[in-house]
Amino acid sequence: MEVLMIFAIGILFTVSTYLILTKSLLRVVLGVLILSHGAHLLFLTLSGLKTGAPPLLGEEAGSYTDPLPQALVLTAIVIGFGITAFMLVLAYRTYKVHETDNFDELRGSDDD
Amino acid sequence: MSTLHIIPLAPFLFAFLIPLFYKKFRHIHTGWFVLPLPLIIFIYLLQFLPLGGTAFQPVEVTVAWVASLGVDFTVYLDGLSLLFALLISGIGTLVVLYSIYYIANKRDEPLNNFYVYLLMFMGAMLGVVLSDNLIVLYVFWELTSLSSALLIGYWYHKERSRYGAQKSMLITVTGGFAMLAGFTLLYLMTGTFSVQEIIAMSDQIAASPYFVPAMILVLAGAFTKSAQFPFHIWLPDAMEAPTPVSAYLHSATMVKAGIYLVARLTPLFGGQAEWFWIVTGFGLLTLLWGSVSAVRQKDLKGILAFSTVSQLGLIMSLLGMGSAAFHYDVIDGESLYTVAILAAVFHLFNHATFKGSLFMVVGIIDHETGTRDIRKLGGLMAIMPVTFTISLIGVASMAGLPPFNGFLSKEIFFEGALNITTLDMFNVETLGFLIPVVAWIASVFTFVYSMMMFFQTFTGKHKPEELPKHAHEAPVGMLISPAVLGLMVIVFGLFPNMLAYTVIEPAMQSILPGLLGEGEQFYVNIYHWHGLNTELLMTMGVVLIGTALFLNFDKLQQTAFYLGERDPLNGAYDNGLTGLISGAQYVDGVQMTGKLRHYFTYMFVFLVAVLSYALIRTNAFAIDLANTAQISPYMFFIILALSLSTIAVPFMTKRVPAIILVGIIGFLVALIFVVIRAPDLALTQLLVETVMVVLFLLVFYHLPELRKESFKPVFKWSNLLISLSVGAVVTITGLSAHAFSHGHDISPISDYFVENAYALAGGENIVNVILVDFRGLDTLLEVFVLGIVALGVVVLIKYKASGREEV
Amino acid sequence: MKNTPIQLHVVTRIVAFIILIFSIFLFFAGHNNPGGGFIGGLMTASALVLLYLSFDLKTIKRVLPFDYAYVIGAGLLLATLTGVAGMFFGFPYLTQFFEYFQLPILGETELTTALPFDLGIYLVVVGFTLLVILTVAEDDS
Repeated sequence: MEVLMIFAIGILFTVSTYLILTKSLLRVVLGVLILSHGAHLLFLTLSGLKTGAPPLLGEEAGSYTDPLPQALVLTAIVIGFGITAFMLVLAYRTYKVHETDNFDELRGSDDD
Repeated sequence: MSTLHIIPLAPFLFAFLIPLFYKKFRHIHTGWFVLPLPLIIFIYLLQFLPLGGTAFQPVEVTVAWVASLGVDFTVYLDGLSLLFALLISGIGTLVVLYSIYYIANKRDEPLNNFYVYLLMFMGAMLGVVLSDNLIVLYVFWELTSLSSALLIGYWYHKERSRYGAQKSMLITVTGGFAMLAGFTLLYLMTGTFSVQEIIAMSDQIAASPYFVPAMILVLAGAFTKSAQFPFHIWLPDAMEAPTPVSAYLHSATMVKAGIYLVARLTPLFGGQAEWFWIVTGFGLLTLLWGSVSAVRQKDLKGILAFSTVSQLGLIMSLLGMGSAAFHYDVIDGESLYTVAILAAVFHLFNHATFKGSLFMVVGIIDHETGTRDIRKLGGLMAIMPVTFTISLIGVASMAGLPPFNGFLSKEIFFEGALNITTLDMFNVETLGFLIPVVAWIASVFTFVYSMMMFFQTFTGKHKPEELPKHAHEAPVGMLISPAVLGLMVIVFGLFPNMLAYTVIEPAMQSILPGLLGEGEQFYVNIYHWHGLNTELLMTMGVVLIGTALFLNFDKLQQTAFYLGERDPLNGAYDNGLTGLISGAQYVDGVQMTGKLRHYFTYMFVFLVAVLSYALIRTNAFAIDLANTAQISPYMFFIILALSLSTIAVPFMTKRVPAIILVGIIGFLVALIFVVIRAPDLALTQLLVETVMVVLFLLVFYHLPELRKESFKPVFKWSNLLISLSVGAVVTITGLSAHAFSHGHDISPISDYFVENAYALAGGENIVNVILVDFRGLDTLLEVFVLGIVALGVVVLIKYKASGREEV
Repeated sequence: MKNTPIQLHVVTRIVAFIILIFSIFLFFAGHNNPGGGFIGGLMTASALVLLYLSFDLKTIKRVLPFDYAYVIGAGLLLATLTGVAGMFFGFPYLTQFFEYFQLPILGETELTTALPFDLGIYLVVVGFTLLVILTVAEDDS
């Protein structure tokens, strides 16, 4: 399963890179979102998939899935949520002020 | 924590109160509140002075700070640090008293800033000389650079002040950084940051390949701080500081920090040929350069600045010469080469007294006449008799005339320089004869500039029409401090041996440990009359030639040498700085195009390049199909759906389908989390995705429709190429890492958490226990990030920050 | 949103209530089962978002007169201060403690200092989510 997952992750990275390189603010935001999905999955996959029971001691299993990457990814998801929210608001505000979402048009305002 | 620890920290703590005093008692000069502190420290330190001829016992007290890194706040008080601490607190007291009269308590004068910086400096300086730990020393060292720059820029509305502050900061901090590197090398060799422990190991590390680099790096710090050639150029520009600051920092204390460091580390590096030649050589060069440059100055403070440079060079060269003493036995507390160390310590003290008083006198002249230009001044003898008298004492001491203390130390300096020519190692026989020659020439110039500044100011015709102010004698309060220092010049000139037992011998003991047997001590006896020996003849020669040169001063004034006064090395500094800035601007212009796409391209290309280099270099590519988790059919479909919906995103031309598609990706990821047994993650992902969709829709409602990307084909293909290579590199790295982890025995660090979650934290959900318990600080900082984001959102929207209007 | 059908209101009330209860359960379950401050907070936030979606902003504002900026502040303060408590007894910052108590009605219950810490996280997450969404929604420029 890991190998398949890694190929899927490769697709996530490819698409997100492509989106980030475009000129539209929205596509960049979506690209970053997908990129973070890819990173989370890569992190978990490399620590081994399904190596044991869920990391709950109540399961009383012999071995558990590694809990540390999960804790890290949980933190990453919440931070990613915060960052995406901020980017969205930034995009929103940029559009309100400059009335465009195209990076080429946003570039180099003359007044700064 | 001991009383000794409080000494360097007290000024910092006291500094917090200064703004309060300043606000509350606006009509009283803030300086009066500051004055008691250095006085108390000075009186407290006096009790450590060894009286009654017993050998000085060093005091050492430790307080753990960052114990795991070997960084402890150890106070080490021996003869050397006591001498410096007394100078810092004693002259500090006088300077504060002087400043009360010098800087008027006016409305637009930020006195609170001045005294906060001054106290900060005092504390930092005391910290430098009292701490035994190199890292603590470094921290205090940089604090002196910082407070010095702040004090130079005290009148920040003046362009020259800002220039001087920046220059001193750049040069001394660069040197300090080199010094830190040197300290790190010392730590690598010895495994400790304690100066005393490192010194104890000096024999073992002398052969290390890092030994000489460490020496040079540490010297870079000392030389920049103590204004040694070619780093001295910051000191003349530092004269833009208020004169009390110049008297305190730039003559008596801070610039001696480098001297202190060299003296402190002499037991470690001394005895090495490199050390001998570098310290002596740069010292002599500085001595000569400074004294010659001083003659060209027209500004009284400029003369004093270059004079300070040259005197610092003198002390530095003496420390270098004295380091040869490690190779010889000391008989009856004396040897041919310890004389140089004696001269260094003695002159260090003398210089602080006479130069301090001269700076204060120049400040008085500036204050009462409105100018420091020697071409405008003249005939002040009758108008300012007290100032004149103090100057006479100071200048005579500086020029090396009997019976003042400057004469004595200069004689011993000559003695040390002559002695060194008899040295039969370090290849002294080739170039060694130059040492007394350079010393003598520099002394001639010292004599000339001393005479110049004295006679041009006080004799000749008084020119009231050229002075901005009506000249008159200074108030008594302003005269106290220079008079006290002048008195010391006379007293220690007449009775030098008062210092010998109390200050000089203990300090020599710290600089040259190990040379004495148990119970022995250095025997210092300073005479005024040695008989008609070479030293005295040299002094007479200095006076004769110097007077002859000074009498021809009128002719000298016409030469091109006199007309320019800027140090030629300033050009190198200024050009270097301009070059640095324009270089940075050029790089910035090329790299910072203002296009997000370019910035991302840099990052991605760099990522791909580094990763593929590492992969090829280590030949790491591997794929391991065997050791994988079993795949169930539904999982196969989840992954397939994930891949397909991801590929579809770039083809979406409408915004709502794009959002929904990304939402689907998120939910699929959550499903994967369920399958790979991460219930917490799955829950979080689901909820985040839900909330995110709401937010997306809210925001997208206002945003325009997606447009078709109108890239040139070149860009389109290059974008595609970059994204494909990023994806490929990530995939290959992932596969190789996966294969590697099964080929090797890598036990996860999380076993600790699994085993201890219940025992230590009482929780069964290990992920949650890690979040709130084991790694609580990470989580705390994470929610702080959320708080900051919320703040940013509110500011962006509620307060309409757009970067255009004034916020 | 004057024309919102009445059925939606009724359903929302019930569903939001259930989600809220469930979120509080998740929050307390966090130490031993999936859940905790993040998850509970997000769940509560989504229940409240649901309420805001079906009713209009003003109505909910009357019912829930919170300034969510203060909720974030309170959460941060709580989480920060929980860690300080241990320092008075010479433990490093953020050391957590737990003990089992016999409480009336509940029987043997585990009380931990991680709970107020988690509550702080919960409050920050709720406050953050709603503050961002409401700020965007209320913007009328």
